This record gives sequence, C-alpha cells and structure tokens, in this order.
Amino acid sequence: MSPTAVPAAPTLPRILMKGNVAMAEAAIEAGCDAYFGYPITPQAELLEWMARRMPELGRVFVQAESELGAANMALGAAAAGARVLVSSSSPGISLMAEAMSYMAGSEVPMVLINVMRGGPGLGSIQPSQSDYFQATKGHGHGDYHVPVLAPSSIPEAIALVAWAFELAERYRTPVMLLADGILGQAMEPVEQAFRHLPRHEADWMLTGAKDRAPRAVRSLHLKADDLEAHNLDLQAKYTQIRQREVRWATEEMDDADFALVAYGTSARVCRSVVERARAEGIRVGLFRPITLWPFPEDALARRAKRLQGILTVEMSAGQMVEDVRLAVNGRCPVAFHGRMGGVVPSPTEVLDALHNLVATTGGLEPDPVSLLAVPKKTVTAAHDSAEVDLASLAEGLWT
Amino acid sequence: MSTALLLETAEATAVDLDSPLPAIAPTEVTPPRPEMRQIYGRPEILIDRSTHFCPGCGHGVVHRLLAEVLGDLGVAGRTIGIAPVGCAVFAYDYLAVDWVEAPHGRAPAVATGVARVRPDAFVLTYQGDGDLAAIGTAEIVHAAARGERITAIFVNNGVFGMTGGQMAPTTLLGQRTTSSPTGRDRLTMGSPIRITEMLALLPGVAYAARGSIADAASVGKTKAMIRRACDAQLEGRGFAIVEVLSNCPVGWGMEPVASMAWLRDHVTPEYPLGVIVDRAKETPSPAEANA
Repeated sequence: MSPTAVPAAPTLPRILMKGNVAMAEAAIEAGCDAYFGYPITPQAELLEWMARRMPELGRVFVQAESELGAANMALGAAAAGARVLVSSSSPGISLMAEAMSYMAGSEVPMVLINVMRGGPGLGSIQPSQSDYFQATKGHGHGDYHVPVLAPSSIPEAIALVAWAFELAERYRTPVMLLADGILGQAMEPVEQAFRHLPRHEADWMLTGAKDRAPRAVRSLHLKADDLEAHNLDLQAKYTQIRQREVRWATEEMDDADFALVAYGTSARVCRSVVERARAEGIRVGLFRPITLWPFPEDALARRAKRLQGILTVEMSAGQMVEDVRLAVNGRCPVAFHGRMGGVVPSPTEVLDALHNLVATTGGLEPDPVSLLAVPKKTVTAAHDSAEVDLASLAEGLWT
Repeated sequence: MSTALLLETAEATAVDLDSPLPAIAPTEVTPPRPEMRQIYGRPEILIDRSTHFCPGCGHGVVHRLLAEVLGDLGVAGRTIGIAPVGCAVFAYDYLAVDWVEAPHGRAPAVATGVARVRPDAFVLTYQGDGDLAAIGTAEIVHAAARGERITAIFVNNGVFGMTGGQMAPTTLLGQRTTSSPTGRDRLTMGSPIRITEMLALLPGVAYAARGSIADAASVGKTKAMIRRACDAQLEGRGFAIVEVLSNCPVGWGMEPVASMAWLRDHVTPEYPLGVIVDRAKETPSPAEANA
C-alpha cells in the first residue's frame, strides 16, 4: 500500500475461533481482572488460554488446587471488587456449588462457565446437557437462583460472556454460562465483535476501611428474622431479573403448527430439522430459550395456545422439558426426545420424533378440558422486545 | 472506681426505690501526676462491644493481640480479613477492618483471591482448628505452597467449638469430646495433627510459629509472633502462620481457670511452643534483594 492510498473502510475481520478460546477472549475484552480455574476436559483450552493471556496483560491468573479453591478464590477476588471469571466442566461445577451458594448469599458478582460433559459421576468427556437441573434449580443449598445463559453458537457465546458480566454486576449475583463440549471444542468463524465494559465500582467492595466505616461481605444472618429479610431482598432481586432479563430466540414460528424447543447444541440440530420438516410440508418452528433461568415461560405459553404440539429436544434424559411443560401447562401436547451420555441426537432421529408427534396429535385441536384448567396469563408487550437475534447480541443492544 | 463508692451506690438504691434520686455532686477530678502515663487501653480497631464468646474463651485475647499488632503496624486501613466458619465468624463485629466471610475451611483460597487482585491490601485469615486442620487442609497447604502474601492466625483449641465441642484433628489422644465420648482412640480416630510443622516444610512459608494464651508471658510471646508473621507479609516474604493454642472451657467441660491449667499441662506438651521456621533469617526479602 502506497503512503497516499486511502485506507479501506474498517471491517471486522472474521476469524476461526475455538469456543473455549472465544469465551476466554470475550471475557478478557470485557475487562475480566482475574481468572481462577482447574484443568478439566472439555474446557481445558479456556484455562490454558487464560494462563498465557492474563499474565501478558498484567492481570491475575491462578491455577487453583481444586475447583473448591478456584471458586473460593473467585469469591475473595470479587468481594475485593475485581471482575472475575471461573470456568469448569460438570464434575468441577459440582465442587463449585458450595461457593456458588455463598456468593449468591453474600451477593458477589462473578461469571462461571460450565462446558458440560456427560454424567453422572465421572461420566464421560463428551458433550451433554445433563446439568440443566443443576444450573437452573440449584447447585448449592438455600433459596437462590443465578441467571443461566445458554449460547447455541460461538458468536453468541462471545456476546453472552459480556452480557453475563453486565448482569452479574447490575444484580450483584453470580451468573452461569451453560455451554457444552461441542460449543467448547468446535471452531466457528466469528466477527471480532468483542465488547469492552466500563469499570465497575460499588460501595460494598472491600478496599480497606481507611477513612470510612468497615465493610463485611457475608452470608451469615443468625437471627431468623434477619435471614428472612435478607431472603426477601434476594427474592425481590430475582423477581426483577424475571421481569427484565428473559431472553429467547425463535425461527420460523410465525405460521408454525408445531414447535421444537431446544437450547445450545440441541438447538443447532433442531435448526436442520426445521428445514427438513418444512421441505416435507410440516409447519414447524424453533423456540430457543437463551436464558434458561429465568425461563421464557410467558413467551412459550403464548405461542403454545396456537400450536398443535411441542417437541423438546435435549442431550439429557429430559430436564428442560419439565420447565416447558410447566410453561405450556396443558395448552398443547409436549413430547420429548433426548440422548444421554455424550451422544448428540441426529437430525434424522429428531425428525422421526417430530413425525410421531404430528401423527399422534393428528392436527387436532388441543384438549379443551385441559385448556379450561389453565388460568389466562397476561402477556405484556415488553416481552416481545426481549426476542433477540444474533446481530443484536453481538452489537450489545441489550444494555 | 473504689469499692466504697460501689457500696454507697448500692445502699442508696436499696433504701427507697421511689424516692427522687439524690443530687450527685460533681466529682472532683484529680489531675494525673506528671509521672503517670497510660500503659493499657483499648486498641483503636477493637470495637467496644460485648462479645458472643463463652465465659473464659481465648478468642477475645487473640482478637485483642491482632488488634494491637494491626494498630502498631498502621495497616488497619488497608486490611482485608477473611472470617472463617466457627466461633470466630463474627470477627467483623469486633475488629473494625473490612471482612469477607469464607465457607468452612476455604479462607486461604478466599484470601488468595483478595491478595492477588489487591496487592496493596494487608490480607489475613483467622481460622480455628476445625476450619484449618480438617475441612480446609487442601486450601491452607496450597496457599502456603504458593507462598501467598497472607498471614494466617490459626486458633487451636482442640475441638469444634461452635457446634458443641466435637473432636477435631487436633484433639489429644484420650481426650473426651461430644463425638469421642470414650476418648480419642488412635486406632480408629487417628492422632493429633501438628499442621503448622507440616506447613513449615514448604519453601513458600516465610514464618511459622506456635504460641499460647495459657499465661501472661505466653500471651506476650504470641503477640511478638503475630507481629513477626505480619512483618513477613509486609516485607513480601510470603505466607506466614501463627498457631495459637487456646482453650474452650465450655467445649472441654471445664471451669475457665481449670481449662487454662489443662492447656498448660496437657495441650502444650503435645504442641511445643516456639518459632518453627523463620526464613527471613535465611533469605532476603524482595526489597533487600533489589537493594
């Protein structure tokens, strides 16, 4: 290029990135100050990437003695005001459950990535979605939730990592990003649309009590009344999150008679199934929750009224399907197809399951008796605005 | 306050509760003699408040020593303490510094997180023997192995105090507790752990010592150890730990005075007092090395 040449308009270079690396780099670009981890397949590349990059940038990387250690280092660093990332895979997440409960109770923001593998126990190292219950209903003890975000592509994972930090800091809560072994290990072309977040300062962070009253970050409230009041505050926060932060995506749902409901890698399989089924003349769409907690129950319930049937597809024995059934509440039949132990369902077997659903529902109207039992829900317009596409995710239009 | 004054007040109250209170003459304050000086007072960061500790408990003494040392060093304004699970969890109610509460045994990991992201902070853990020597062995060993810039105050009273005096890894052989009702049996319950000696083997440990609160002389020596352990952190030498042998009168089922005698006569022989390692004498601090 000659010195007088006019530079080309800037374009975002598309590069091929592995999911684990992309999520790590997204956290770095979002301003992550400290990473704590422990080796486990299939997320080890995330740890390795951080081991090299964080010290380069003068930031904190510690390979802990265990997942217990890593999660509790995160608790300390986050209490001291750092933006903290921790990652692991299913068995390691079980060990982090203790710290998750403490962080929820003491309202410490941090982001935890679970690159799920097959269980129970040591299970396998193949991709799985069998930690849905753990992620959305628990991890540790006590009445708490954490937002759970489920990317179904690597570009979306990049966007969700940044959003996870924003949610964590806005609501003073741990946030979990629920990926799986395929999303961690696969490579996809991504635009380098990484977001940079402003520094976060708050009046609860531990900085040393010079010239101010001492602060304590804690979850212990020995008196029952005090602890109930603290729990009511937490629940009020969870209600706010339910009202404001539900996210989902739909494809081909406008004229759909049937819907596939799936998240993450299963949703990628279902996208192929929608295409093939539509070619056969079955009007089917895809409803894809992006926040698994809070679950997009109103959005799904509203659509269920117009559907002849729903097929939920998971890489598990059927976990999210319980939330689908609660949301649908009898408005239409809900079928399930799942594979376990690290097996990814093929489009052909999902299509077969859809054929079964179409045959059994026979295009009939939903059972009027079950409809009578369902209280009508008010669906606000605000929820429509929460329906997102990948472009808006990457551009950070949610703030 | 004199005994006479106390008696007078008591009598005046006893005579007639309904009568108007007698006017109190302004007390004549005797100006201090020039040669008098205050040699004892409440350390600035020790909050003036009754503690929840049982009568005769040693935690109050250790809290005070820590408050004195942090005050002497002038580091209270940048101290972040890690409160454990157990009787000492309420440290944040008594010591006016920033605190974060850790899950049981995890204080050294939490402290690692704090120390790494706030290099200017003075970071300490305050842990009991159930916390540090049982559930938290992995965390303390690896924080020490990494040579984290942390000072650990390890209060060893030989039992799980808060839960009712159950056996801890530090409980003496033959000692009866609520979970070793016939006495600790070596064959089925193992032997006491001298964890501070174990930690002292690690090169990351700049200073390791064991003190006691059994008598005034021991309390003074223990304060000097805590001071030395804090210096190790301030000089960037690495991890430091002071084990403080303490009592648990309620957990041991003893009167406070008897518990102190038992601490001196039975516990101390099992856990020898003194400096176990002081690598400051062997290796220069980073500042000295650069000079």
